[in-house]
Order: sequence, then structure tokens, then C-alpha cells
Amino acid sequence: MQEELITSGRNIPNIDPFLDIWHWPISVYLFLGGLAAGLLFFAALITILKKDKEYPAAVKFASIVSPIALTLGLLALFYDLTHKIYFWRLYTTVRIESPMSWGAWVLLIITPVSFLWVLSYYSELFPKFKLNFKFLKKFESFLQKNRLLMAYILLPLSVVLGVYTGILLSAFNARPLWNNAILGPLFLISGLSTGAATIILLSKSTKERHLFSKIDLGLVILELGLIVHMMMGMYAGSQVQLEAMQLLIGGEFTMMFFGFVVILGLIVPAILEFLELRGFKIPVAVPALLILLGGLIFRFVMVEAGQITRYLY
Amino acid sequence: MRYAMVIDTLKCVGCSDCVVACQTENDVPIGYCRDWVTENVSGSYPSIELELKSERCNHCENAPCVRCCPTGASHQLNNGIVLVTADECIGCGACIESCPYDARYQHPDGYVDKCTFCHHRLEKGQLPACVAVCPTKCMYFGDLDNQNSEVSKLLKNRKWKTLAPEAGTKPKVYYLI
Amino acid sequence: MTTSRRKFIKISALGLGGVAATTSAINMFGSNSYLNTLVKENVGEKFKITPTYCEVCFWKCAAWAYTNEDGEIKKIIGNEDDPHCHGRLCPRGTGGVGMYTDEDRLKTPLIRTTVNGEETFREASWDEALDLIASKFNGIKEKHGAESLALLKHGCPGWHFEHLYKSLGSDTIAEPAYAQCRGPRETGFALTFGSWVGSPEPTDIRDTKCLVLIGSHIGENMHNSQVQEMSDAIDNGATIITVDPRFSTAASKSKHWLAIKPSTDIALLLSWMHVLIKEELYDKEYVEKYGLGFNELKEYVRQFTPEWAYGITTIKPEEIRKTARAMGHAAPAAIVHPGRHVVWYGDDTQRERAIAILNGLLGSWGRRGGFYFKEKINVPNFPHPAYPEPKWGWKEIGENFPLAQMGITNELINASIPNKNNKYPIKAWMVAGTNLIKSIPDTIQLKKAMDALDFLVVIDTMPTDITGYADVILPECTYLERSDIVRSATNRQPSIAVRFAAVTPKYNSKPGAWIAKEIGERLGLSKYYNYKDFDEVIDWQLKELGTSKEEMAKIGVKRYPRKSGPMYLNEDETHQFGTASGKIEFYSQELKDLGFDPMPTYTAHPEPPQGFYRLNYGRSPMHTFSRTANNPNLNALKSENNLWVNPKVARILGLKTNQKVWLKNQDDIISNFSIKVRVTERIRWDSVYMVHGFGHDNKKLTRAYGKGIDDTKMISKIFVDPIMGGTGMRGNFVSILTENPHKNTEI
Ligand SMILES: Nc1nc2c(c(=O)[nH]1)N[C@H]1C(S)=C(S)[C@@H](COP(=O)(O)OP(=O)(O)OC[C@H]3O[C@@H](n4cnc5c(=O)[nH]c(N)nc54)[C@H](O)[C@@H]3O)O[C@H]1N2
Ligand SMILES: Nc1nc2c(c(=O)[nH]1)N[C@H]1C(S)=C(S)[C@@H](COP(=O)(O)OP(=O)(O)OC[C@H]3O[C@@H](n4cnc5c(=O)[nH]c(N)nc54)[C@H](O)[C@@H]3O)O[C@H]1N2
Ligand code: SF4
Ligand code: SF4
Ligand code: SF4
Ligand code: SF4
Ligand code: SF4
Ligand SMILES: [Mo]
Repeated sequence: MQEELITSGRNIPNIDPFLDIWHWPISVYLFLGGLAAGLLFFAALITILKKDKEYPAAVKFASIVSPIALTLGLLALFYDLTHKIYFWRLYTTVRIESPMSWGAWVLLIITPVSFLWVLSYYSELFPKFKLNFKFLKKFESFLQKNRLLMAYILLPLSVVLGVYTGILLSAFNARPLWNNAILGPLFLISGLSTGAATIILLSKSTKERHLFSKIDLGLVILELGLIVHMMMGMYAGSQVQLEAMQLLIGGEFTMMFFGFVVILGLIVPAILEFLELRGFKIPVAVPALLILLGGLIFRFVMVEAGQITRYLY
Repeated sequence: MRYAMVIDTLKCVGCSDCVVACQTENDVPIGYCRDWVTENVSGSYPSIELELKSERCNHCENAPCVRCCPTGASHQLNNGIVLVTADECIGCGACIESCPYDARYQHPDGYVDKCTFCHHRLEKGQLPACVAVCPTKCMYFGDLDNQNSEVSKLLKNRKWKTLAPEAGTKPKVYYLI
Repeated sequence: MTTSRRKFIKISALGLGGVAATTSAINMFGSNSYLNTLVKENVGEKFKITPTYCEVCFWKCAAWAYTNEDGEIKKIIGNEDDPHCHGRLCPRGTGGVGMYTDEDRLKTPLIRTTVNGEETFREASWDEALDLIASKFNGIKEKHGAESLALLKHGCPGWHFEHLYKSLGSDTIAEPAYAQCRGPRETGFALTFGSWVGSPEPTDIRDTKCLVLIGSHIGENMHNSQVQEMSDAIDNGATIITVDPRFSTAASKSKHWLAIKPSTDIALLLSWMHVLIKEELYDKEYVEKYGLGFNELKEYVRQFTPEWAYGITTIKPEEIRKTARAMGHAAPAAIVHPGRHVVWYGDDTQRERAIAILNGLLGSWGRRGGFYFKEKINVPNFPHPAYPEPKWGWKEIGENFPLAQMGITNELINASIPNKNNKYPIKAWMVAGTNLIKSIPDTIQLKKAMDALDFLVVIDTMPTDITGYADVILPECTYLERSDIVRSATNRQPSIAVRFAAVTPKYNSKPGAWIAKEIGERLGLSKYYNYKDFDEVIDWQLKELGTSKEEMAKIGVKRYPRKSGPMYLNEDETHQFGTASGKIEFYSQELKDLGFDPMPTYTAHPEPPQGFYRLNYGRSPMHTFSRTANNPNLNALKSENNLWVNPKVARILGLKTNQKVWLKNQDDIISNFSIKVRVTERIRWDSVYMVHGFGHDNKKLTRAYGKGIDDTKMISKIFVDPIMGGTGMRGNFVSILTENPHKNTEI
């Protein structure tokens, strides 16, 4: 028999018997960050492709969600800090090697831009509430003129943001479940997929819905591929990675992962989207909501399960 | 100067004095610890092996906790000691997630804390509190860059290992086996 | 038992408490971070250091208490000059701060009273409590004689109350450190070498080539300098042989671990003698020069072949021979350690005799790497008139045990139970620094005795189990808050150490010296207390010892040159041993004359019946008996004991690590609380193991209450050593209950 124990009796809150340092706000933060990244990406892309008139939800209606998501995400992150009064320390230094640092900086830039983006559509979005001040009106028209420029800024930033939500976890060598190169692309794709789902939800035009259903279908297939790829990689990996994978495949997170993320959050909505594209009468809100929910749960699973996996003990 | 700790598992009795001494020396709040002792039992009665070891931050040469810290609160001194500056730390927990040894904890006051190799004692020419107290004298402390230091000699003459070398952190706490 | 007159008071005593919870209030406010960092790193702190010696166990290591500017004791560090610790305390000594900071401490004198038909304690002033004690003691003394007042004590407070008792004319004194601890080895070694082993043991471990530990689990037993020297011995490449049915920490450091079947050690020891003599590995010259009765021994052990012992001990003959040779080759730098807690199976004096004889054969007594000749310096007594001569005392009470050298606790307890034939009736107890409920086996008898007492005073620092039975509880301050007797150490070189108060006593607690004097004066014994306070005594003693308070405050420990001669035998002279014959007595005429076996014999002891497991117990390195279970620092390391169970047993019973179970022993006694299982290969399949000192029953111990099981409660059967009265405690068997037996009863 092999026995391993801490004889000096450790029971540190949130550390023992397993890490629980990052709680729900981090999962929510990662989800909202991914969602905003997806939305801003599509808004920017469609603007750059000059298709903004054809896809109003993508560039206009859905993009209201991004500044809200980013703000809430930042609040969630802030909420989970334990030494909050030093929050400002994040912005006294740039630490290239720390995903947390460049994430903070990216957010610092992308959040105001996302606000400006919405502001540029203000009159169209809120026709009832006229801007009363002259300078604001001026500002809005200034923004409208520079929308393409903003799109060029947002496109790379949103990709960075999307990848960042994954890298934040995968940079941690110490947590075998997180430590793989797939997590960055996987989170980016998942973020794009939730973005597409939101656009589908908010879109009133069939054409737009169908386009994003197609995009989403592609993304979901890609995502499933990446998940399989990640698992294969882990299986081929070290003992600790193998054990980490066990948590998802034959452990306490199996139900959450396979039931809610893979089946209900990816496969079922993919089938529904496929059928809907084939002309079956299916309310589009159903797959879209499933995608969003799946994306959220996916982040919960990865954050919680990842913290349980470790090298020692 | 590269500080290192060498711990002789053949002598450690697992008494945890190192843990209490650290606690009283460094005001570690009750219920938390900067170091801890593990027991590994293998084999079956009556042919058993037992390994006891005192563990703490490894002051990794390649320290992921320093790399991932967004504020620079976690930093490494020229002598290899990894420290946290309490009033630069935002308590984001990234360093805790990054440490393969679970060597860090959130102090009830919010910032992250861990073993400092008792650098405040080193400055005064004293050994770390845990090393100074250990009743079996199984802990050694010194400079790896000095060929004649006790730690260098022990590592030259005895069999040793480090913890989770596969994590690639290059730990500076060595275990004689 | 019928309704108890003196019921154990479990629930909160009236008014007890209130004073607490002031210390941590400051931490509630977030503090200035810059300052905070400084404090965290102890850079900004200025310490006052005060010499003390540790009271967390009886090794009494000398140390420095570090007090910060706020008058809080922050840490305790060993004194470099002290031969007991060499500047390194053990975990319990380092965690001694917790004895002082523990907010559950006794805070003020308490008197038993009845409110609405419920027995409880009420707070009292010192004057009231002391007056009450004096009047009760006086009354009992007048009616039954001072002899009927018994003192049960342990540790430093014991000294002060012993003086009080002797002044009063009572020698009815005992401590658990004899009949529950060292007794058999002191008698066994005295019979053989004419000298006690004593504390600290004069084992020359640092220079030994072969250390044999027979159930002596150094490393878990943290007696400090022994642990340190064992580590030196490992560095020096000494061969360590451990005989223990459990894979102890020491066993894991040993070249040979002999996993002996419990209770069969004497067979192994006899067989070792057989091999040493048969293979002529013993120290012939030494035996010739100093031995008495070697030929009888030689003749006697001829029959005890390793093959014979194998059948009894389950240790392979080859292993027995190999280890005997290892000892023989290392001799005389070999130590067969006498052990310390040696009351196991009732034939313990004889087992210790066997250990002593083995050391005699190896020629290790008085040899480098064996046993050195210890020496101490006498601390003069502060002048006082001669004590009155009691008519009877511990000796008479223990008269059935001719070779007892100290009071036998259990005999004092028996003498407290009313009985027409009792020549020495005891009426009242004073209990100082011992938690009898956990230290004395056969709790039923103990409770019967306490129930019959006219009066019971307990002097303690903590609300432990025994305080619940008291009529009056007096809170002593901790060792860190008092000046105390000068420690004189028996060691390679004589030394003294002082204990000065590092801080003033917390709450309304007082030093034992003060308490004893106050009671003494109220009993009209002022002439024995011819000084203002105990500081005056220390001052006088230190001057007599050629030093001063001022000097000792700076050095803490003072060493003196040896006067008794060299540490080891002078090979050119003939040493006189302290036995009647002046020789090492392999054959003991004294035992023979008293009707005991003159040479040790092996007798078989009962084995656990079907469904039962032998209850084995021992020490955890981070705790001392029951006294540290509530210590905040040490409790954080280990808050409860576990039940070690072999995986085979676990499989049969379906037990899992961390599962809660209850125990029931052979006399149907059920544990009060549950214990968590630890499935481990370190224990045999016929035994279970737990650390002694847990399962506290007093709710006032907020950290320790209800945590783990009290082994003492499960030890209802004792095997009394007919030679010196020790209470063998290792012959109890328990079964494991997976269902809560108290489900329907309140405890
Ligand atoms: N079942 C079982 N019984 C045993 C043993 C065992 O292993 N198992 N071991 C035996 C042995 S070897 C021994 S030596 C005895 C020890 O037996 P005890 O000496 O009774 O042991 P403790 O449980 O430490 O009890 C000491 C008491 O002293 C109190 N105390 C501590 N410091 C002070 C102080 O400064 N002043 C005062 N007034 N009180 C203080 C503590 O609070 C505690 O209540 O037990 C023996 N009994
Ligand atoms: N940390 C710590 N250290 C202490 C103390 C403490 O409370 N805490 N108390 C001190 C005191 S007063 C004392 S007396 C000593 C006691 O310390 P020791 O004398 O070392 O201890 P014991 O309790 O006799 O021995 C326990 C060991 O005996 C083994 N054993 C059980 N049955 C048998 C048997 O039949 N044969 C053999 N060969 N071995 C057996 C057990 O498995 C266990 O390993 O410890 C002292 N040191
Ligand atoms: S103090 Fe020394 S012997 Fe005790 S556990 Fe720590 S390293 Fe081991
Ligand atoms: S052990 Fe952990 S905390 Fe210490 S330097 Fe290495 S990674 Fe950082
Ligand atoms: S918790 Fe503090 S030390 Fe750790 S990474 Fe965050 S800011 Fe740095
Ligand atoms: S070196 Fe100092 S801080 Fe680190 S574990 Fe030892 S005592 Fe604690
Ligand atoms: S051995 Fe430990 S507990 Fe005992 S006196 Fe020494 S330091 Fe104190
Ligand atoms: Mo003892």
C-alpha cells in the first residue's frame, strides 16, 4: 500500500485539501471576456468587410452587450481579489510574462473602445433618447467617421482577449488540466461561438441568423475537434495529466463536462442549428441559449476542476 | 550567491518543529503555514519504508509564481530568494495557481504569503528559523555558488532529489535520500 | 455506580469565561500595511529576552522567552548552553507560547456549588478559595491526621506542594511518572547496577556504535537531547536496532527493525543473552571484573535459543543472531535503551532487568558510547525547621510492593476508597499538574476514590478532565509567567538553569510557589516559609551556588565542573556498583529473597480474542500527553488522534481512512467520542494504535473537546507489577464499532 499524508496537519482555507482560490467570479469573468471578444470580433470583421448594413445585429444591437459584459467581467475579477485596495498596482507595471498583466492591459484598452463603439451607434440604437449636448453629438459623428479605424483596432484586440481567457489558465504549468496549448484556441473558439449565439439571439433578420448559425455550427465542430484533441494530448501526456483528464472523464466533473458542456452545450445545439438551417421549424433561441449556457459551464468546469489537479500529494 | 536548503530525509523524524518555529518567528497566523511535513509510507508490513520531509517554497530558479504575477509583488532577489511584497500584492491568486508545490497561501489580511527563507534573519547572520530549531539537525542552509559551503558539499557527496522536477521549476530545496 | 456526589461538571461553570476575547480584537481592524509588513517580518520588533526552562514536558529544556514591546511572548528559543537542548527546543517547547496564549485557560479560582439542584462552579477570590482549603485541610488533619491528606502531583508545581505537604506532616505523595511510567526500569536497573537510570537517561547515544530501542520510540518520544543524539548517531553511522511491533519513526531510521509480536520482548532479550554468551561476544573482562552470578546466568540462558524465541516472538533466528552480533561487535559502545514509559505487561521490572543484564554483558554501563556516569549539582534548600515525622506515608501504603522507590498512585487511590481493613485511609487530595483522568488507568476505581473523598483541590493551568471533579480549582499561571525552582540537571556535566517570569500572570492566575506559601501560612506553617516571596529563595540559592540573579538573567544556564570523577569507568581501578554486593548482579539474591525470580523469565500474556485488537498507544512528536491538545499552536498541527488500522483489518471490517469509528474494550467500556481511522501498513493486523492524550471531555477546552479517543478510558484492565507496583497497560483489547453507540444516549 502507498500512503501519502501531510503529518503537520495542513488545513489552510482555500488551499487544502485542494485549491479553491479562484471562485465563480473568475469563471464568470472568463465567460464574459470570451463573449465580449466574440461579439467585438464579429462587429469589427463585418465592419471591415463593409457588410455592416446587412448584419445590423452583429455590428449594432449585439455590441451593446460587450461593454456591459466587459464591465461586469472586470467587476467580477475585482470582486475575487483579496487585497483590493492595491488594485491600482496592476497599472503601474507591464509584465509581459504574466497573462494576468497583459489581460488587465488589454481590458483597459478594449473596454473604452467597446463603449465608444456603442456610442458611435447611439442615435441608431436609442432614437428616443436624443443626445442633448452639442459636443456629444459632435463626438458621436466623429466616432461614426472613425468606425473603420475602431474596427481595425478591435479585430486584433478581440482575438487577443479571446485567446487570453484561455492562456490565463493554460499558462499554469502547475495545474495539469490547464497546462496544454489547446486551451488558448479552444477558449477563443468558444468565445466566438458564444458571441455568434448572442448575435443569433438578438438578430431580427433571417439572413443574419442563418449566416451566424452557419458560423456557429462551424465553430462548434471546431470546438469539439479541439476538445477531442486536448483529451488525446492529455492521454498521451504525463501521469499527472492523465489523472487530470480522469476528473473530466471518470470523475466528479464527468456529468458536468459531458452532460452539460459537450452534449447539451455543443452537440445538441449543433444538431438543432443544422436542422434549422435545413428548414426545420426550430426556435433559434434554443440552440443559442444552450451554447451560451454550455460556454458558461465549460468555464466553471475548467476553473474548478483545474484547481484540483496538482503535481504533488 | 544562490541560497539553497538541503534536508536530510534520513534524519528527519517528522516532528514538525520547523512548522511551529516558522509560525512563531514569522507571525504566521494559526491555521496557516509556510512549511509543512509530509509522510510517505510504502511497502507492506513488515517490509515498509517511510520517508518524512519538511516542505516549503522551493525558491525556484525558474519561478512560475514570479512570472505570472501581474504587479511584480512576487519577485526574485539576486540571491535567488523569491519574495512577495505585501503592499504590491492585489491578491489575484495567480501565483498560487502557478505554484506546483502549493507553497503559497492567502494571508487573512488579503495578500499572498509564503516562506521567505527567513531573509530577515539571514541579514542578521542567522539561519532560517526552521533550520535553527530542527532537533535532528537535518536541515542545512547555504550558498550553492560557494563550493565549500556545507550545502554544496552535501549535494556533491550524497544522493539527492528535488520535488516534482518535471514541473521544470528548478527547485532550490534539495532532499538527501 | 449510584448517583455521584461529586459529579463531573462538564458544561460551562457560571461566570467562567467573560474575561476572554480581548486579545484578538486589534486584528479585526485592517492595519497600516507598511507597518504591517515590518511586523510580519519581525524586523521592527525589539524583544526582551528572559531565561526560562520548558514545562511542556519533563525534560525541562532551558530556553529564552522573547517578549515584544507590547508585553506579549512571541517566541521561545532554546538556550545554546543547555545540555538538554543545545539551543533547539522540540516542537512542543517551541509551541509553548500556546500554553500562555490559550484563551481557554483557567482564569480565576473556582468553587463547586449547587445552583437550582445543578452542580456548577462559581468564581471566587483567592482569599475565599485559600481560606476554604485551609479550613478543610485543618478539619481533616484534626480528625484523621495529616497523613490522610494526599498529594498527587507532577512537574514543577509538584515541588512547591511537596514542601507544603512535608511541612504539614504528610508524606502521602505520588506521581504518575512512577507507577505509570519509569518505575520498573528504575527498580530493574537499581537491582542490577545499583543505580537508577533517572532523567535525563545517561545514555551516551551521540558516541554509540549500536543503539537498541525496545519499544522506545525516540523521534515520536521527543525527549530532546536524545532525539538530537540519535541523529548524531545516524550521522556517525551507528547501527540502530528497533524492536517494536509497530513501524515507528525510529524503526524507519534503523538498520534492523524487529517487528516483534507484542508482549514477547523478554523471550527476545533472553535469546540475545544466549547468543552473546554462546558465541562469546560478551565483554569477558568486564563481566569477570564486575559481574556477579554470571555462571548462573550462563547456565540459565542456555535453553533460550533463537529457535526457541522465534516461536514466541516471530522474529527469525537469523535476525536474532545478526542483531546480537551487531551489538557484540559494537560493545562496549552499545546501548540497549532502558525505555521510559515501561509499564506494559506487569512483568516489566523483569523485562528491565533483562535489558540491564544485556547491557552488563555488553559492558556498556560506564563506557563511552554506552551509559556515562551522570552528575548533578545539589541546589541547597532554603533553611527551614525539620519536617514533622509522619506516622505513615507512600511507603506504607505501597508496602505490598517491596521494591517500590516512590509513591504508587494506584495504591494511594485504593487507599482513598473506604474499606474497613484499610490501615491508611486517605480523605482528601490535592492534585497539582497532573490530569489523573487521562494519566491513571482503571478510571472506574479512580472515580470511586474521588467520589468518596471529603475534599479535592486541583491546581492546574487548564480546565482539563480532572478539574471537573474538584471542589476547589486554583488557576496556576503558566511557566512563562512565573519564577520557579532552580533546575539542576543530571547530565554529563552538572548544570543549573533558571526560570524567571517573562511576563506577569494573565488573568487572575498565580504561581504555584505563591499558592503553596499562602496555603502554608493559613495552616500555621509560617516557619517553613521564612521568606517574603519565592524570588528571595531563588536569590539565596543562586548565591549559594556561586552565582546571582543578575548573572543568570544573562546566561540562563550555568555549567559546573564534574566533581564525582570521570564520566566513564576508570579501567585501572575497580568500580564499586551501588548494589548490595558492589557488583553488577546478573543473578539477584535480593529478588530471590523476596520470593521473585532471581533472573528474568518469559511468561506468555493473553492475546486478543476473535474480533478484538490489542490497544497500542504512544506519543505524537507534537503533543505531550493530554496537556497540549488545546494548545493553539500545537492543535493546529494535530487536532485529534487517529486509529491506526492495518489494511488487512480495514478490508475485513470495511474501514476507510478518515472514517469515524468508536471503540469498545474487553470490559464493554465504550469510548465517549469517535476517532478517525488511518489505514496504514505501519501497524500489525492484531493491534490498533493511537496517540495518547486526546478525547477531552471538558467543553471548556474549545479546540480539544470531543476530538479523538482517550486511550486511558479503554485501559480498564491493569497488570500490576508485583515487584514495584507499576500498572501494566498494554494488555487491553478493543473492538471497532462503525455505528455510533451513543446515538440514543446523551453524554
Ligand atoms: N493511557 C495512558 N496513560 C498514561 C500514559 C500513556 O501513554 N497512556 N503515559 C504515562 C506517563 S509515561 C506519564 S509520565 C503520565 C503523565 O501524566 P500527567 O503528568 O498527568 O500528564 P498530562 O496529561 O500532561 O497532565 C498534566 C496536567 O498538568 C497541567 N499543567 C501543565 N502545566 C502546568 C503548570 O505549570 N502548573 C500546573 N499546576 N499544571 C500544569 C496540564 O494542564 C495537565 O492537566 O501519564 C501516564 N499515563
Ligand atoms: N512528544 C512527546 N514525547 C514524549 C512524551 C510526550 O508526551 N510527548 N512523554 C515523555 C514521557 S514522560 C515518557 S515516559 C516517554 C515515553 O516514551 P517511550 O518510552 O519511547 O514510549 P512508550 O510509550 O513506552 O512506547 C511506545 C512504543 O512502544 C511500542 N510497543 C507497544 N507494545 C510493545 C511491545 O509489546 N513490545 C515492544 N518492543 N514495543 C511495544 C509502541 O508500538 C510504540 O512505538 O516519552 C517522553 N517523550
Ligand atoms: S524540525 Fe527537523 S526533524 Fe522535525 S519535521 Fe522539521 S525537518 Fe523534520
Ligand atoms: S515553490 Fe512555488 S512559490 Fe516558491 S518559488 Fe517555486 S513556484 Fe514560486
Ligand atoms: S496574488 Fe499577489 S503576489 Fe500573487 S500574483 Fe497576484 S499580485 Fe502577485
Ligand atoms: S525558511 Fe523561514 S520562512 Fe521559510 S519555512 Fe523556514 S522558518 Fe519559515
Ligand atoms: S523536550 Fe520539548 S517539551 Fe520537553 S522540555 Fe524540552 S522543549 Fe520542552
Ligand atoms: Mo512518563
